[in-house]
Amino acid sequence: MRTIFFLVRKEFLQIFRDRTTVLQIFLIPVVQLLVLANAATFDLKQTRLLVVDEDRTTVSSGLVQRLEGGRQFRVVRRTSSGAGVEQALLDGEVTAVLHIPRRFEQDLVRHHRAPVQLILNAEEGAAVGIVQSSAAAILEAYAGELERTLPVMRGSSSAMMPAAPLDLRAQRWFNPTRNYKHYMVPALMVSLTTIIGLLLTAQNITRENELGTLEQLNVTPMTKVQFIAAKLIPFWLLSLVIFGLGLTIGKTVFDIPMRGSLPLVVLAVMVYLIVVLGLGLWISTVTRTQQQAMFVAFFVILIFLLMSGLFTPLESMPRWAQLAAEANPVKHFVFIMRAVLVRGAGLETVAGPILGLAAGGAAVLTLAVLRYRKSAA
Amino acid sequence: MSGPAIDARALTRRFGTFTAVDGISFQVERGEVFGFLGANGAGKTTAMRMLIGLLAPSSGSATVAGYDVATQAEQVRRRIGYMSQRFSLYEDLTVRENITLFGGIYGLSNRDIAERTGQILSRIGLQRAARELVREIPLGWKQQLAFCVALLHRPAVVFLDEPTGGVDPITRRRFWELIYEAGAEGTSVLVTTHYLDEAEYCNRISIMMDGAIAAMGTPSDVRRGLGAATLDEVFLRLTRPGAAV
Repeated sequence: MRTIFFLVRKEFLQIFRDRTTVLQIFLIPVVQLLVLANAATFDLKQTRLLVVDEDRTTVSSGLVQRLEGGRQFRVVRRTSSGAGVEQALLDGEVTAVLHIPRRFEQDLVRHHRAPVQLILNAEEGAAVGIVQSSAAAILEAYAGELERTLPVMRGSSSAMMPAAPLDLRAQRWFNPTRNYKHYMVPALMVSLTTIIGLLLTAQNITRENELGTLEQLNVTPMTKVQFIAAKLIPFWLLSLVIFGLGLTIGKTVFDIPMRGSLPLVVLAVMVYLIVVLGLGLWISTVTRTQQQAMFVAFFVILIFLLMSGLFTPLESMPRWAQLAAEANPVKHFVFIMRAVLVRGAGLETVAGPILGLAAGGAAVLTLAVLRYRKSAA
Repeated sequence: MSGPAIDARALTRRFGTFTAVDGISFQVERGEVFGFLGANGAGKTTAMRMLIGLLAPSSGSATVAGYDVATQAEQVRRRIGYMSQRFSLYEDLTVRENITLFGGIYGLSNRDIAERTGQILSRIGLQRAARELVREIPLGWKQQLAFCVALLHRPAVVFLDEPTGGVDPITRRRFWELIYEAGAEGTSVLVTTHYLDEAEYCNRISIMMDGAIAAMGTPSDVRRGLGAATLDEVFLRLTRPGAAV
């Protein structure tokens, strides 16, 4: 224990003596969180809309009004013919076109259904789904309204668009206002902690190897477990502080929800960090130079983050990718974070993933200790 | 500890098809200053790395302080000090912090650490620089500090790999005084060097060539054995046998 104490103290002295490292550890994540949470958001401010109204009736202009009413859409141009629509989309003048065909009102009254076309620039995939769903919601609401106001439609199973006869009412639980910051801030916190923790530990042992100080340690009676523990503890504590900082900013600046128990979140973070840092240390033991270590760490980070469900839903990944994601600690940690913070889930929901992470942590640390060699074979 | 401080028997290390150390055998007695000489690439450092447990021998065996380097490496590590060719203390820690760290790792009590830190600082005249970062102090002092840190836990054997490389003549002399002091206190010293004048200070020397020991004995024995007036001459004859001296 005493050896570990001396080694840990040495790490802290080194970390805090190097101003760049201190800045790297504390300032960068805070700034990134503040900047990225505001910048990297799925929140669509406004969609510029071109309306082609070939019908020109009360019902058709009512529809346009409803679309303009919600702040989601802004009608930049109205025409009565489809000419020039493609050009407007190509030029980027608009990102969506609403096409109301001739006899729209008439069809609606007579056949209780009428087609409306919404053309979207789908270059940015993620945005399209959001625009489409909010347009659908507005149309649906308008259909309901017409059902009540248009006398001819009364008693019929009305609908306008690709006509769902069902009265679909979506309710958004847990994030009712669809505030994307509530979604992005925890995701960014997870990403930043993972990136910093992994990079710092991955570089650390290879750095000592490059400087030659590792050799001096290797001729001492220090054991491999003591060595790995002394490398883990300082970065574990620092990463906890960083995460705490992130959580504080998340709560005070972005008002992210914290429905579940805070101690449970902290427990999950403590376990998760062991996995991440253990992995970093393992990378550090299998590489020879800092450059190699950084390369491997970046590769791992990229896969971990992209396949974690943080930014793209796991459900939309192919089966093999979903299976592979089970081995991804970030995926489990994201699940725990969202479950506890956003849904208020308790230990019974997250005990499994936490135990899984603990097993993973034990595995990578064992691997790091075994892989670390005090002497060359 | 009974028996020799170092006992190497047919110690061999191969890297692929290249034999860096080829079956060397020698003994170093307690308190003896033993010089390891040889040209660059003769196998001195490789031999030393095997003796301190950084490199596993391909064949042969060796004991250091009575323990086998291959099977009892941890026992060996407790009883040796090592100063590598590259300066390997922490440049971003102060002089005192470095001493404390290694004292702690070797399991010295806080009291011992404090006491020995004081001794080291006064011995090499570094009291004023105790709070300075090691990277700030001159090379000569750094090397002396590294040597004292290698002796901090009073090891039975200390291994010095070219300790005086790049150091000015006065510091080199001072360094050898420190080496003698250690020997006088019963610590065995295995030292590699390029400087043949330094070899004269050793109790015994061995000259390595192509991984094997070409000559071994006291400096005067070695000179006499080859009918040479100086070690320089010995060295030239061994490394360039055809050359007229």
